[in-house]
Amino acid sequence: MNTTALDTVNSPAPEFYCAEEPHPENGTLLGFWIYLMSDCFIFASLFACTAVLGTNYAAGPSAKDVFDLTGLAINTAMLLLSSVTFGFAMLEMARDRKRATLAWLAVAGLFAAAFVGLEVSEFSHLVMEGAGPDRSAFLSSFFTLVGTHGLHVTFGIIWLITLFVQVGKYGLTEDNRRRLYCLSMFWHFLDLVWVGVFSFVYLVGVLR
Amino acid sequence: MSRPSEESQAHAVTPAGHGHDDGNAIAHGTLKGYLTGFVLAAILTVIPFWLVMDHVIRNKEVAILIVMALAVVQIVVHIVYFLHMDTSSEGGWNMLALIFTVVLVVVVLGASFWVMYNENANMMPMSPQYVHHHLGA
Repeated sequence: MNTTALDTVNSPAPEFYCAEEPHPENGTLLGFWIYLMSDCFIFASLFACTAVLGTNYAAGPSAKDVFDLTGLAINTAMLLLSSVTFGFAMLEMARDRKRATLAWLAVAGLFAAAFVGLEVSEFSHLVMEGAGPDRSAFLSSFFTLVGTHGLHVTFGIIWLITLFVQVGKYGLTEDNRRRLYCLSMFWHFLDLVWVGVFSFVYLVGVLR
Repeated sequence: MSRPSEESQAHAVTPAGHGHDDGNAIAHGTLKGYLTGFVLAAILTVIPFWLVMDHVIRNKEVAILIVMALAVVQIVVHIVYFLHMDTSSEGGWNMLALIFTVVLVVVVLGASFWVMYNENANMMPMSPQYVHHHLGA
């Protein structure tokens, strides 16, 4: 035993060399944010595709012919409502109210399910009209981008159901809070991407 | 409305190292924040839909630019009010990652469009006969 090291009265204040980089306390949330940023790149490249190929109709239907803007407006409202109701769930979580959190989560999930349902019906309608992804470069890029976003929302719903069961069974534990917070970032991020989709793909597509 | 004071308290406590309860320390936003974001997003959604569906603006380019500008504004609204992004979250690392991403996304989108537009504009003009005989289209 080195007794001099314990002599705190006479020896000068010990200096420690900290080899570790200082790191934020919520490492998971930063990591998840970086995942979302990488997801951003996927969507950015798909947006670039639709921007470049958006007018290559191959003598097929144009954006004006196939896009139903009324349906799009309803769809957009569903996703926005889903985003804000998920926010309400997070507020209830901060107040430690489990039942209210679950209720708002269910509402957010139902809005998102309505969004996916409307999108699937739009897709099947397009395919039946002969405007499927194999028709033209415009439709290929459109189906890839919107389909990728729809798949994200679908997996978000699966994640939401999983956490719904988790919170129902184990309550608002620290782990579940962290998970819900990650899902809320994912959820709001998807609504953000949808703003790009309905503006740059649908509305600009109809205009140009 | 006791939320804002709770919120500032949580922020004041976090840097002191009370990391054992980080579930509560993270920014949840406020009801007012979510409602503000919702109203702004709704307005910024209704305007471009109205512009396009009612053919308000005759000039196509101007209409496209306005729709795009409104989308960018709405994306910022989402980032601020729904994702609670500010320069202090995660010690600034979130913002750094976001800025990095935005720069790369602008390069990917801008450069793709620019390059492909020039490729397209500088294509050798082809007659329908040439396409038919040489490309088999």
